[in-house]
This record gives sequence, structure tokens and C-alpha cells, in this order.
Amino acid sequence: MPLVSSWRINPGKVIRRETLIGWIFVLPALLMYAVFVLVPFLLTFVYSFYRWTGVGAATWVGLKNYVTVFEVPDLLGTIINAFWLVVFFSFIPVGLGLVVASVIHRVATGRLGAVARTILFLPQVIPLVAAGIIWGWLLALPGLINQILRAIGLGAITRAWLGDFDWALPAVGLIGIWVLLGFCTVLLLTGMTKVDAALYESARIDGAGWFREFISITVPLLRYEIGVCLTVTVIAALAAFDIVYVSTAGGPGNATAVPGIQIYILAFTQRQIGLASALAVMLMILVVVVIVPIQWLTREVKQ
Amino acid sequence: MKRKINLILSAVAVLAVLSIAAPTPKTVAAQSGPTCGTGPVKLNAYFETGFDLPFKLSEEFTKQYPNVTWDIKQDQFTNLINATPRLLSGDNPPDLIRLPTMVSFAKEGLLKNLDDYAKAFGWDKWPVPQLDQNRVAPDGTRGSGSLYAMGLNYSLTGVFYNKKLATQIGMKEPPKTLAEFEDLLAKAKSAGLLPIMEWGSAKSGMGLAFPLQALMASLGPTQPINDWIFQKKGATIDTPDNLKAAQRLEQWIKSGYFPPDINAIEYTDSNARFVKGEGVFTFNGDWENANYDKNMAGNVGFFLMPPADAKSSPAAMSAPLTFGIAAKAKNADCAAFFFNWVATNPTARQIDVSVGGSNPGGPADAKMPTVAEGSVTNETLAAGAVIGKAGTAMDFIANATSSIFAQGWTPELQKMVGGKQDAAGLLKAVQAEYERELTQ
Repeated sequence: MPLVSSWRINPGKVIRRETLIGWIFVLPALLMYAVFVLVPFLLTFVYSFYRWTGVGAATWVGLKNYVTVFEVPDLLGTIINAFWLVVFFSFIPVGLGLVVASVIHRVATGRLGAVARTILFLPQVIPLVAAGIIWGWLLALPGLINQILRAIGLGAITRAWLGDFDWALPAVGLIGIWVLLGFCTVLLLTGMTKVDAALYESARIDGAGWFREFISITVPLLRYEIGVCLTVTVIAALAAFDIVYVSTAGGPGNATAVPGIQIYILAFTQRQIGLASALAVMLMILVVVVIVPIQWLTREVKQ
Repeated sequence: MKRKINLILSAVAVLAVLSIAAPTPKTVAAQSGPTCGTGPVKLNAYFETGFDLPFKLSEEFTKQYPNVTWDIKQDQFTNLINATPRLLSGDNPPDLIRLPTMVSFAKEGLLKNLDDYAKAFGWDKWPVPQLDQNRVAPDGTRGSGSLYAMGLNYSLTGVFYNKKLATQIGMKEPPKTLAEFEDLLAKAKSAGLLPIMEWGSAKSGMGLAFPLQALMASLGPTQPINDWIFQKKGATIDTPDNLKAAQRLEQWIKSGYFPPDINAIEYTDSNARFVKGEGVFTFNGDWENANYDKNMAGNVGFFLMPPADAKSSPAAMSAPLTFGIAAKAKNADCAAFFFNWVATNPTARQIDVSVGGSNPGGPADAKMPTVAEGSVTNETLAAGAVIGKAGTAMDFIANATSSIFAQGWTPELQKMVGGKQDAAGLLKAVQAEYERELTQ
């Protein structure tokens, strides 16, 4: 038993005392967590069985909302869009983040590395709404990206990227990559510094190149960090709302509509709190179904 | 931007008049109807951010009635929409609040029924058509029943044009028929100009709803359109006349009369580009008058969408800048008095026109404030009188249900731009969404 002070006589009492102190320390955080996460979570579940406008009396409708949810326009399309976003929000940032982090780790550990980390992490600090507006300008027909394309002779492919049926989703994905690459890079880089340098050293002595090191040491030993990155970014993609809302609001047509946007419209524009909650619960189940295997695959192997 | 569209989106109410000729501020006691009294009153108000008119009116009101002060909270229009139900039902219900829609709030008993005030102040004697838009019947249809909101002014929509570019394509006077207008559009296109600047991003809401509704009213009667917006039983948007209108719009899109990037253009960008000289015409509303008169002074004109048949009257979307009083508001009398004052006090009416750009409404015989000669405001006010006389005002088709704009018109019109939806499919899809929302 740790930390038994000499003036404490009864070990049993000490444990109880420590447990109590522990709870007291946890309490403020727990309270916040309960108020802002647990209670809303339970309420969402409860609301999903009622027909309710958010004001006045609610009517119990059982599972009806879960049936009606399938009538939401283009619901399947929004879910497919969300899975496409997984590619941009998750696979590309994690893959690219691994490469960037290992390059920084190998060649730029000093000031250069710090600068690179800072620049890549910056999008996490910039308010997304402001970033969304700027990206809107950059991707507009008269915007900078099209100006550059014209300047290098690619005028033929210029278009209003966020207003194009085929390109709007990849354009939103690009914003997602910009936002999430820094997060993944920094997390993975931190993981790399934890790896015993002797491993890299011996690999180098054995004549391993960058790629060999990357495949044989970095990726396997970062399994847990990669798991965290994948979990966070896949959730960001499936439950996407903010990036989509500030860049396209789901348009053009429903080309970038995702379940998060539909939930928002149902709850706050149509004031169908029950229906919106049902969709939210279903989205949560979908997220869990996707995330659990990722967690399972990337769990650290127990020795 | 969104807010401006929402002005139009908003339901309509009417303003009306005072049964007593414009009282001077000091003669409050002589006036009929409720007043703000003489003791200190603090009005609890919710206005939308970035829209000066209500703030300017509140300052002037306090100047004239120093016992009334204001506790003004402001928020973006979209946030306000989402917060309205909670504000109205909360512990500190607003005396005055900018309303996006009102049918559900009226049905839920969250809004003050203004019938008694209308009688006391004589609002029900004001010119009729606009008043009806803020009435809600017990079955939830709009257009008749009890009055639940008032407009601070009445906006008007139509076609603005760049005078220099219009001269360039040989337009000597505004077109009198749809055919003449289409002729001008074709001329603009062949002259290498953009015929119509409009916006279409989902963030702003699809601006093509403006020309579409204008075409509907040009090619057919306005009554079925209003019936649909007011949710009259059995109303449909999928009528033969509207199909012709949607086909015409589709043809305009295919002819390249709108910017190719319209699906990504925000409301504010569309305006900025029009002001800079991109686009001969733009469909918009008189809330932009102050902007146009300032940034393209002398170079901007306005006309109402011309009818297909020269013998018909032009029609227009016209909506009040709607405000309501919470059912449990502490200072409802004073708020109602404020409504009345806005419509009848000469200084308030002047502010209404010069800051807000729109018709202040009020009694039929109220004096119209003066506006600068040659300004576009002058033209929209004159056009408003034409619409008032013809009785061809319409509410906005995007106001029919709470999310018909976000879930119906915007995505379907965007698809039409992208060649993924045709005229018949557009109307069918929107009608299906309308019925889905009404049955839920």
C-alpha cells in the first residue's frame, strides 16, 4: 500500500480516507462530465422516444421515430458521404502524419522540427468558422487556388470547387486534412520520441534505410498512437458537422450532406427533437460499430 | 446576408396605423390605446446582429420617451432562430423579438395575441393585404385569424439593374413584359456580359428561388402561390403555371444567364460582385437599397418583374420585418405602443426608410418620408405602391414550412444548376418535402 504516513494508525481508515480524497479531487471534473456529457447523452436517448418540439408537452411515440428517420431525405446518401469523409479525415491524415512525423523525427529534431510541428498544428488553434470562410474564398471560382491553376496552365480544370457536384466532397475533405494532419503528426511524433533510440540505432547499424525503419520499427511500435489517431479522426468524419457546415452546409444538392447536418436541421430548423435524437442515437451506434474493431486491432499486445 | 434573405423569409405582418393622427411625444396621455406610462420601463429586446434599423429606432424611441430604456440582446439571425423557442418559453420572456416564423409559436401559446392591440390602436383599419401575413388561424394556416406579429417595415423584391451596363445592351426603359426582359437577357449574354448575378450556396440559401418565384407570378396568378405558402388545405406548388416557370428558369440556367459558379456563391459575395459591375441584373430586395445607393450611386435602377401578359399587373414578394411579443412579456403594452409608434411617428418612419430601405407601412393616409431624388429607394417605394394597389404581394416560397428552403428549394435548385434535376422533378421533389414536413 502506498504512502502510509507514520501517524496514520489504522490502514483500513487510511484507504477510506484516500478514496474519499480521490473522489473529492475527481468530483469537479465528474460533475462537469455528468452535466455536459452523461446527462445530455441520456436525455437524447429518452427524447428519441417522444414527439417533441423542444417546448411544451412531449408525446410518447415508442419506436416510431426510429422508423420515420428512414424517411429523412437522402439519409443513405448522407451516410455514404460520411464514409467518404473517413478517407479524407482519417486515412490520409494518419498516413501522411506517419510519414511527416518520421521525417521530422529523423532529420529535423531541432528548431526546424519545432517550427514544422507548430505550423502543422496551427489549424487546431485557428477557429474553424474563420478557417471555413477563408477556405471558401480560396476555393471560389475567382479564388487563389484557381488563380494558381490558371497561372501554371491548368485553367481548364478550374471550377467553383465547393459548388461542384463531383468535387465538393473532396474539397471539404481537403479542409479536413488541413485541420487534422497537424493533430495526427504531433501525436505520432510524441509516440516516436518514446521509442527506444537504440532500436533505430541498431537498425541503422544493420544498414536499414528510412523506409525499412518506418515499416519495421515505427509503425509496429506506434500501434497504440495510430489507434488513437484513427479513433479520433474516424469519429470526426462520421460525426462531422462543423467543417461541413462552415464550408458548404451540405450543398450543392446533397453532395456533401452528412448525418450531423441532418440532425441539426431536424432539431433546430424543423424542431423535431425526438426525430433528431433518434438519428443521433443511430449515428452513435454506427460510430461505435466502426470504432470498436479499430480499438480491438490497435490495442497494445499484452505481454 | 443570410439575415437579409431571412427578412424576406420571415412571415409577414402588417403595420398599421394609429387611429389617432400622429401624436406628438408629449401628448401620450391624449392617445388611445395602451402606452408606456410615465414610470421607468426597461424593454427586454432581442435583435439580430448587423442589422441597424431596430437599434436606430430604439434610440429614437428613448429620445422621445425618456422613461423607456432598453436591454437589447443580439445574435446572428440563424442563432436567433434556434434560440427563439427557448427565449419565448423561458423565465425572462422578451418584450420584443425578431421572429423568423411564428405559426408554431402561435399555436403553442408562446406569442402574445395582438388582436386587442390592433383594435385599440386601429391597426385593423390599415391597408389590408399585408396585415394578413401575420395572422394565424386556429388550424395553423396563415393569412387569416388572429394577429401574432407586426412588421417594423415591409420589404419589396424585384430586379435591380446596373444602369451603365443596361445602356450598353440598349435598354432604354425597364421591360414591360417577360418577353422584353428575356430579350434583354439574351442581348447581355451575346454582348459578353453576365446577364444575372445571383447567389446559390447552401450556406446562404439558394438565391434562384427569387427569379423562380418571380417567374411563377409573371406566368400565373399569385393566389395559389400564397395558398401554398400559408399551408391552405390541398395546396400544391406543382401546378401547370409553376411548371412553365420552372422550365423557363431551367432554360435561363442552360443559356448561361447566371454565373457558372452560382452554387458556391454566398449572398454577400453576389452583392459585392454586382456592385463591382459583374452582372447587368440581379434579383434582390429593397433591404439592399442603402448599400446600392452608397456603393453604386446613380448607377442602379429597379423594376418589378414584368408580367408575361402586358395587360396583367406585376407581382412581387413582399414581406414584413417581423417582430413579436412573448405571451408572458412583462411590458407587452409598451412593446405594442412601440409598434404603433414605428408606423406612425414621422421621425420613426423616416428612419425606417432611410436606414431600412423599405416601406414603413402604417395608415393609408400616412405621409411617405422623403428620400433622395434619383435614389433607388425612390424607385422601390414607387414600385411598392403599384403592388399595393394591384394586391399582388406574395410571401416567399421559402417560408412555406420551416425547412422547405434548406431541405427543398436549395438542394433541388442546386441540382438543376448541376444538370441533375429538371423542372418537373424540381416541383415534385419540393412538393414531396412539403407534404413530408406537414405530416410529421
